Amino acid sequence: MSSLSERSALLALRLITYLVVCTVGFIVFDIVIKGIGVVNWSFLTTNPQGAAGGIFPAIVGTLYLVFGAIVVALPLGMASAIYLTEYAKQGRLTNTIRLAIVTLAGVPSIVFGLFGLGLFVLFFGFGTSILSGSLTLACMVLPTIIVSSEEALRAVPLALRDASLALGATKWETIRKSVLPYAIPGMMTGSILGIGRAAGETAPILLTVAAFSLPQLPRSVYDQVMALPYHLYVLATQFPNQDEARPTAYGTALVLLLLVLGLNTGAIVLRSHFRRRNKW
Amino acid sequence: MSFRHLQDRSVKYFLLAGASVSIVVVVLIFAFLIREALPYMKSPGLGSFFSERWAPTSPLKAGYGLLPLVAGSAMVTILATLIAIPFGVCGAVYIAEIAGKRERELLKPFIEMIAAIPSVVLGFFGLVVLAPIVKSAFGLPTGLTGLTGAVLLAFMAVPTIMSISEDAIRNVPRSYLDASLALGANRVQTIFKIVVPAAMSGIIASIMLGMGRVVGETMAVIMVTGNAAQFRFTPLVQIRTMTATIAAEMGEVTNGSTHYQALFWVGIVLLFVTFCINLVALRVLRTYRRA
Amino acid sequence: MVITMPAAFTIERHGDPVEFKPKVVARHLSFYYGAVQALFDINLTIPENQVTALIGPSGCGKSTFLRTLNRMNDTIDGTRLEGKITIDNQDIYKNGTDVVTLRKRVGMVFQKSNPFPKSIFENIAYGPKIHGIRNKAVLEELVEQSLKRAGLWEEVKDRLHLNALDLSGGQQQRLCIARALAVDPEILLMDEPASALDPRATARIEDLISELRSDYTIVIVTHNMQQAARVSQYTAFFMEGRLVEFDDTEKLFTKPKEKQTEDYVTGRFG
Ligand SMILES: Nc1ncnc2c1ncn2[C@@H]1O[C@H](COP(=O)(O)OP(=O)(O)OP(=O)(O)O)[C@@H](O)[C@H]1O
Ligand SMILES: [Mg+2]
Repeated sequence: MSSLSERSALLALRLITYLVVCTVGFIVFDIVIKGIGVVNWSFLTTNPQGAAGGIFPAIVGTLYLVFGAIVVALPLGMASAIYLTEYAKQGRLTNTIRLAIVTLAGVPSIVFGLFGLGLFVLFFGFGTSILSGSLTLACMVLPTIIVSSEEALRAVPLALRDASLALGATKWETIRKSVLPYAIPGMMTGSILGIGRAAGETAPILLTVAAFSLPQLPRSVYDQVMALPYHLYVLATQFPNQDEARPTAYGTALVLLLLVLGLNTGAIVLRSHFRRRNKW
Repeated sequence: MSFRHLQDRSVKYFLLAGASVSIVVVVLIFAFLIREALPYMKSPGLGSFFSERWAPTSPLKAGYGLLPLVAGSAMVTILATLIAIPFGVCGAVYIAEIAGKRERELLKPFIEMIAAIPSVVLGFFGLVVLAPIVKSAFGLPTGLTGLTGAVLLAFMAVPTIMSISEDAIRNVPRSYLDASLALGANRVQTIFKIVVPAAMSGIIASIMLGMGRVVGETMAVIMVTGNAAQFRFTPLVQIRTMTATIAAEMGEVTNGSTHYQALFWVGIVLLFVTFCINLVALRVLRTYRRA
Repeated sequence: MVITMPAAFTIERHGDPVEFKPKVVARHLSFYYGAVQALFDINLTIPENQVTALIGPSGCGKSTFLRTLNRMNDTIDGTRLEGKITIDNQDIYKNGTDVVTLRKRVGMVFQKSNPFPKSIFENIAYGPKIHGIRNKAVLEELVEQSLKRAGLWEEVKDRLHLNALDLSGGQQQRLCIARALAVDPEILLMDEPASALDPRATARIEDLISELRSDYTIVIVTHNMQQAARVSQYTAFFMEGRLVEFDDTEKLFTKPKEKQTEDYVTGRFG
């Protein structure tokens, strides 16, 4: 039926699409193949020695930073999302909040770094520290968490709210008992995506927390830490002897990639699981 | 008033306080960028930015010309966008109109996965794999060029363009398609003559949002563009972007120095540019959603 | 404008005047969604312990009117109400009225059944728990009572911990009725409660409505005129946001006073 030109056009579209897919595949493949030989138990649990050695402090540092960021951003993000979906009326305040979220989502990560440097490191005097880095990352992931939490709240049918209100529940009781329980999984998905983003970002922590090399673990939130993405950057660009640094860099890249993609895949699986479960 | 009612009333204000944090952060971002940058206006003054020489650490005479940095950012951004558009839009058309349901459900998350890859990992890949390819393909002394950065950034812009365009394409009313098909047009004609034009504002918005992401990208470019601040308009030489400048130099400056203030100005320019791009993109997006 | 409420009112029933206690009284009621007016100067008195049906073409404001009675319209942004509604002579829109208490008195059953995605037990217990009942034995008793009243007990008594969404459509709707009954309302508002159900499930609901009449004042919206005739004692006919006619159901269907009503009930229109 279809003409030759039509079929070739369809084929071209398919080829272009799969070219992108293949490129992703190739990148992941390259890093897995060259990194897998390096990653073993001692790599994950020992300190770096120059360009060689393990990445234990960087893993711990990233976990601290991400944990700190989420502890701050999650409650704020959830509160924002609940306010915006359940309470906000159309008006100037709501528009301003929305504009702020959109603006925040578009701020380049390095600008977050400058901001963190100016506000947390210098003005509040937290210095380059876990505290400064976590707070900076928290600001950065806030819009991600808000947007996906809102989506999760909007997915809960209005009919459930009506049912609860019609039984004489107050608005907050309605939200707490017949909206949040069904939205929480979706909100968690959003925060996992936020965690993934925070774990992978380099630019903001470059200016607020990251240490080039720091064999001992931090003892307080005012200490500097190493972090996986920054460690990778350092290994890849700051060592003249790349023969030694390259395998370690590949190993670090693989760990980081697995961490972030693992979190994302987890979030996606979780999301589709809960979508299927909620059969309203 | 009973406890239930008191609680009901007060919760709203708690939540509102949480929601206002976004506003506070945005205001603080602007405020602190300006605060740190402000003294620069007295001396050396904003006029010094309009020069072709960025050499803040030069012992003889420091140069704070932003032109090479702006040009570098502009060049990689435009080039990256141009490369990303065909992939992003064609991919969106394919996923929205041609792929089967199952294929779409596999492709979409896969493409979205690109957006999740940390930029430092992509930068690393660009450094060790892409740069040597560029070097030998063009017979260059180094593979760290504007083009290498642009290719890498294009790759980062594709998922943004693809997922928002796909959304726009799927929002085109099915009746348009049916009408065209019923007139005897084939699928490809229908897609390119009816569906894509109808989704155009969404596609344009997606391209702009992709651009916004590219302009602000730091790690990928700092690792593969060579970072020489040259005022030359060719993609096959080393270039230096605004983002890379901040990331590379902020660690070495004395807080409060002229150089430090100049870097904050670079940040302000960057913030302003991304803010404008995103704002326009969202305007476009909103008009198409209303239509 | 002074709005007075009658203490009692008489209305003909099978040709004889009967005196009723007015349960719900709407006077000069107008309602707006933003700039759009949906109800125009409605004057309607709903008798206690009777079933009143609201009929009329789609979009004429039946649901809107129904939702003004438990102030569910308050949840929609930009709505405005003029005039007065009283229940047992208390103005329900007076400043300081506790909406929560009002909604406890005025239960509602929605067109599309909307059980919570919880167990049957939890669905019924939701309202009582909200209103402060914590005692397990009391809750169990209430759940059983409510399910029995709604005619669902026999079908579900062995699986109270089944997810309510696994019930059939008709069972879900009776569950929603049971859930509304569990908070012990005086008035039951039903917005096309059987429109999504098959004839058998519909018949179940209709029987249930007739059984509940002696204890509750019921207001039901329906598109099905046979249904209105079967279950209600009084019928109000709405059109384009106005109350055209209110009368004894039998009379409204057989000897309507208004031409518009006649056209509608004889199927010449709408
Ligand atoms: N949330 C709302 N916002 C704006 N207008 C509304 C809203 N709900 C209803 N309306 C309008 O108010 C009018 C009355 O609607 P209502 O739902 O009360 O009609 P109805 O008689 O219940 O119709 P149906 O029989 O189709 O359910 C309609 O014109 C409708 O478009
Ligand atoms: Mg209705």
